[in-house]
Amino acid sequence: MNPHVQGRELPPAAPYLVGREKVREFARAVFSTSEINYDPDAALDAGYRDVVAPPTFPMVVQGSMRPLLTDPAIGIDFSHILHGEQRFQYSRPIVAGDELTTTRRISGVRSAGAHHIVTIESEVADSAGQHVATAVATLVLRGAAS
Amino acid sequence: MTGTPAVSRKVGDVIVNQTFVITRDALVRYAGASGDFYAIHYRDDIARAAGLPGVIAHGMLTMGLAVQPILDELTSLGFVSEYHARFSRPVVVDPDHGATLRVVGTVAELEPDAMRVDLSVTCAEQPVLERAYVRLALTRCR
Repeated sequence: MNPHVQGRELPPAAPYLVGREKVREFARAVFSTSEINYDPDAALDAGYRDVVAPPTFPMVVQGSMRPLLTDPAIGIDFSHILHGEQRFQYSRPIVAGDELTTTRRISGVRSAGAHHIVTIESEVADSAGQHVATAVATLVLRGAAS
Repeated sequence: MTGTPAVSRKVGDVIVNQTFVITRDALVRYAGASGDFYAIHYRDDIARAAGLPGVIAHGMLTMGLAVQPILDELTSLGFVSEYHARFSRPVVVDPDHGATLRVVGTVAELEPDAMRVDLSVTCAEQPVLERAYVRLALTRCR
């Protein structure tokens, strides 16, 4: 792949409006049994405005990485990509009703033997511009990628 | 919040020890909910072409469910401020029997306003996540 893509940034996508039913759907998919993910009253009792999204929900908000990676100039073969590592840092939980904007950039590219290791950083901010979460994904592109 | 220790737990306490069975249905559900339709999570032929024994679970499904029992225990105390994991081994999901994951959570650090829980996540006694930990901001201690 092309190592000169480090620092490449996608323009912010259209804001993502967090829906109550999407939070519930995602919570079911990650086996959540936590009432605050499903029940607005339970969320209110816990001090939140509406149902609370599970911690890995930024994966939904940030959308697919493919627009960032499938550019022919980057040269990534998606059949040889593996998710190596994931980190999230949060200023607060995401709740239904949040309107979130994600900025994505390729923050690191390095080679390890025949592999390339690409780090992608997504910053999620709310409609007031306040930081909500940062998600850092490390992707491993196995040898066949050129 | 008071100045006293936030929780009645101490470093080294095992607060979670739970198993989850991931079936192919669960993979389909996670694909739909997350928008991750990468075909190695539902097609054996494509998974094998990628050098895997068969369909594997989304790493983010493993990571997403592994934190849930911790939240069941601790969500009344605050919110997750950090969550990290390395995906050390693919979770192969058998079409008939699925895959059984065991999640063990151990208190690793305890401060007045924060707590770290280290997660051991294994499948057939092999670790599938490494250096997995969740940090909680203890904002709701009374």
